[in-house]
Amino acid sequence: MAIALVLVLVVAGSILFHLLSPWWWTPIASNWAYIDHTIIITFWITGAVFAAVVLFMAYCVFRFRHRDGQRADYDPENRRLETWLTVVTGIGVAAMLVPGLFVWSQFVNVPDDATEVEVIGQQWQWSYRLPGADGKLGLSDTRNVSAENPLGVDANDPNGQDDVVVEAADLHLPVGKPVKMLLRSIDVLHDFYVPEFRAKMDMIPGSVTYFWFTPTRTGTFQVLCAELCGQGHAYMRGGVTVDTEEDYVAWLGEQQTFAQLTTPEQTSSAD
Amino acid sequence: MVDVTHGAIGSVPPAEVPEMDLYHPHSWWTKYVFSQDAKVIAIQYSGTAIAIGMVALVLSWLMRLQLGFPGTFDFITPEAYYQFITMHGMIMVVYLLTALFLGGFGNYLIPLMVGARDMVFPYANMLSYWIYLLAVLVLVASFFAPGGPTGAGWTLYPPQAIMTGTPGGQQSGIILMLVSLILFVIGFTMGGLNYVVTVLQARTRGMTLMRLPLTVWGIFTATVMALLAFPALLVACVMMLFDRLLGTSFFMPAVVEMGEQLRTNGGSPILFQHLFWFFGHPEVYIVALPAFGIVSDLIATHARKNIFGYRMMVWAIVGIGALSFIVWAHHMYVSGMDPYFGFFFATTTLIIAVPTAIKVYNWILTLWRGDIHLTIPMLFALAFIVTFVNGGLTGLFLGNVVVDVPLSDTMFVVAHFHMVMGVAPITVIFGAIYHWYPKITGRMLNEALGQFHFWVTFLGAYLIFFPMHYVGLMGVPRRYSELGDMALMTDSAHDLNAFISIMAFIVGFAQLVFLFNLVWSIRHGKEAGPNPWRATTLEWQTEHTPPRHGNFGKELPIVYRWAYDYSVPGAKEDYIAQNDPGEYGAPGAHA
Amino acid sequence: MTVIVVALMVVFGIAGWWLSQQRLMSKPWLESGSVAAYPGTESGPMPMAKVGLGILLAVVGCLFALFTSAYSMRMEYADWSSMPVPPLLWVNTGILMLSSVALQCALVAARNGHRDLVRLALATGGLTAIAFLAGQLVVWRELEATGYFLTANPANSFFYLITGMHGLHIVGGLVGLGRTTARAWDRATPRDRLTLSVELSAMYWHFLLIVWLALVVVLAGWAESFIGICRQLLT
Repeated sequence: MAIALVLVLVVAGSILFHLLSPWWWTPIASNWAYIDHTIIITFWITGAVFAAVVLFMAYCVFRFRHRDGQRADYDPENRRLETWLTVVTGIGVAAMLVPGLFVWSQFVNVPDDATEVEVIGQQWQWSYRLPGADGKLGLSDTRNVSAENPLGVDANDPNGQDDVVVEAADLHLPVGKPVKMLLRSIDVLHDFYVPEFRAKMDMIPGSVTYFWFTPTRTGTFQVLCAELCGQGHAYMRGGVTVDTEEDYVAWLGEQQTFAQLTTPEQTSSAD
Repeated sequence: MVDVTHGAIGSVPPAEVPEMDLYHPHSWWTKYVFSQDAKVIAIQYSGTAIAIGMVALVLSWLMRLQLGFPGTFDFITPEAYYQFITMHGMIMVVYLLTALFLGGFGNYLIPLMVGARDMVFPYANMLSYWIYLLAVLVLVASFFAPGGPTGAGWTLYPPQAIMTGTPGGQQSGIILMLVSLILFVIGFTMGGLNYVVTVLQARTRGMTLMRLPLTVWGIFTATVMALLAFPALLVACVMMLFDRLLGTSFFMPAVVEMGEQLRTNGGSPILFQHLFWFFGHPEVYIVALPAFGIVSDLIATHARKNIFGYRMMVWAIVGIGALSFIVWAHHMYVSGMDPYFGFFFATTTLIIAVPTAIKVYNWILTLWRGDIHLTIPMLFALAFIVTFVNGGLTGLFLGNVVVDVPLSDTMFVVAHFHMVMGVAPITVIFGAIYHWYPKITGRMLNEALGQFHFWVTFLGAYLIFFPMHYVGLMGVPRRYSELGDMALMTDSAHDLNAFISIMAFIVGFAQLVFLFNLVWSIRHGKEAGPNPWRATTLEWQTEHTPPRHGNFGKELPIVYRWAYDYSVPGAKEDYIAQNDPGEYGAPGAHA
Repeated sequence: MTVIVVALMVVFGIAGWWLSQQRLMSKPWLESGSVAAYPGTESGPMPMAKVGLGILLAVVGCLFALFTSAYSMRMEYADWSSMPVPPLLWVNTGILMLSSVALQCALVAARNGHRDLVRLALATGGLTAIAFLAGQLVVWRELEATGYFLTANPANSFFYLITGMHGLHIVGGLVGLGRTTARAWDRATPRDRLTLSVELSAMYWHFLLIVWLALVVVLAGWAESFIGICRQLLT
């Protein structure tokens, strides 16, 4: 008996908790509002199923609890009911899956006008590389990594000379422009994760992974690592600042290129 | 209501039942220690699993201390924290749940439920346990090894699992872990062969597949899956052991470690993930299917009603078992594998939700118009449905590839899998122990202590893991040894974490009460009699309680009906045992 | 992971075929009483050891399919360079085939009750298997002498790992074969028991031969060119 009441309270409590919860996702700062919408759809469907199943159970427990002289029905199966339930479940699942796959195809297809930005993870800090004036990132390889060349940029690739290198500092991005984040690691798995952007992806040493998004509002956001990367995992923090176009250009002007970093004497004489 | 027309066919007289070669023990040692009796092996498996499970429980307390009260406990360094989560996860998934469901319940129930004298290869069965024990001891040894156990996370992802930045990575922690897993797989294979062949070849007369209780179906299918999936873990472990000990580069690409180039070259970390999850996903169902089966029997017995849609239940178990081998990469949506795989794996993952949902419907439809006895096994079965439905539904978030992107690697995932493969199967384990304890010991577990245990466990676990989803929804990543200065952690979120930690302590305490009940009732419990729940299946029809070596006295039972003849219209009692030829069969066939 | 998925499909196919014989569509609640009317639905007559070995072989098959899967996934990387197949490997393959033939002879002899012939054939099978293992060790030493070290290249690592795993399974088989041989020498062993024992050994040996041939096809790079031809035919 008590269990029937408790089951009802579990449903009521869960729904109230959901509605009143101050613990909710961070305000979005990218174009992936679709993902949030898909989560909301999923919450509605799954919430309804949860409430229906548990309340039905509570009713059964209350209505058919053992009393003297009571005897259960003999009821091996009911094909119509089972078929019907299967079809309804199938429709519910499809209603969640289809929008999900639709958004996923947007997620994996990067728009042509996205600018590339490279993120390099290492234990336990973030660095970045932006294409210079030529708009192309130079080649890179973990084997090239040294104290002078922490990102492993290929010194023989002319495309790489004008790449802007941001080592262990905040990344800046212009608002409203799509960016393709190229993700690279020089030691273990990491995951470039900014909760406000919703998108994230693991970085794997030895290969380059990617995701894309368009920042939709200015501000500074914390970068976290979302793939266990050793004992400093929780402390692997960074920052991304989304700027207006002018602020971004001003910031970019202050950064150093790969060529400037590797041969400081030459650059100072050239200046 | 379906019209039931019972048995047009008369029964055959009991034929000569071939006596199996039973190894009869000659001494105390071979009877209780190096025993080849599946029932003794089952208890050895269960005892070891529960003992190592207590270690995992304590580890979870230590983790929750750190998460709930960050910075308060100096001895929980980041290294220690990662060692705790790794060992907690590995112990719970492999050494507790797998071993207890298959090694424990499988060994005890399969021979009794199918009407066999013992497992078909008793010697291999005994070896299986001793190798498992060795695996557990190696695992425990890693706590005392220099550098401590590995802190690579239970997924052991390379390269970090074998690098300096991870606790135990360049010390012996990871080696002991891998060796222990390899031993576990070898030991399990010996046991698994037994369970499968026993179900295939040692069923008693009349026990067709469609007359098997769902418990046997669940354990049988899970064992077949485990036999096919564990080799993937073995392969991954052997290859990683080569990388760690012999310097090969299966999983190790060119890597810079703390500013120094390592000699490794050309390995693929993602290959490990494919191998790991090829084992890891079926593993979820290896734990879930026995729970599905057992809970079906608990509900039918205690609601005095046949399980609704038995055929559908069988098909769903087999279907889920097969499908679960082609969904593994849904653990890898954001792993950096080819993102186009996401379409395929999201679709297969959500398809598997349909047979799973059918099982849930059939459980609750079994309650409909039942005669529900709210015994403790029944209460735990109800708790299972609540937590399993909750955890299963959040699985629809994470299986749907794009929804997984923001939620993966957050506390939402932690809450999801604890609800669906932690709390849900464990409530079934509890229900099953309360249900079968009278058969194993001849005495009932104490009812009052059981009530206390149930309410604290059910409500407490729900209060731990339901709010945890919302911490994850905020974006809080999992596997963080320190949440203190994260921008998105609000004060109220810290309070919520503290609340979760306190609940974890309370729920853990209730388990100690349960353990006390287990021990205390062996001597002081109420006498149970042979069939206290008035159940139909064969294990309740044995000549002796607890059953002796050989299970069924002189003659094996003969089966005349399916396992769910509860409340048959017209029958005198509200159950008809499977070996009861009944008023519908030919008279005098079998006593 | 294609190889393992295909291997699993085969296993599932066999399981599905067997299940289809088991009247899974029947309504058990309507069928109480004897099952005499439904032949083939009770436990089968096959010896348990044979069923057990069959399942064990399915597991071993999965294990090698997984190694092959890992190998082929790694092969797709741009920097892959296969290892040359030493000629001695073909000699070893021949020896392993001989070993299988010997066990088949033993099986035929056991069925016909020629116990002396069984002993001879079993001994030949065992000795050729040991010769195979020795040959494999020589292959390893030759490769190492010519600079193909374990850690030099992923292809090398896979070669040593996969051949080593196969060798270990042969060693395991030799233990079983040893017991069978002991039985053949023991006059007290009844004939059907000996036949079963020889049959199990032969089953295991043939299976490991098939696995070995498949592995050689993969390690020699033939599988690669075969898939290439298939692709060309399809496009």
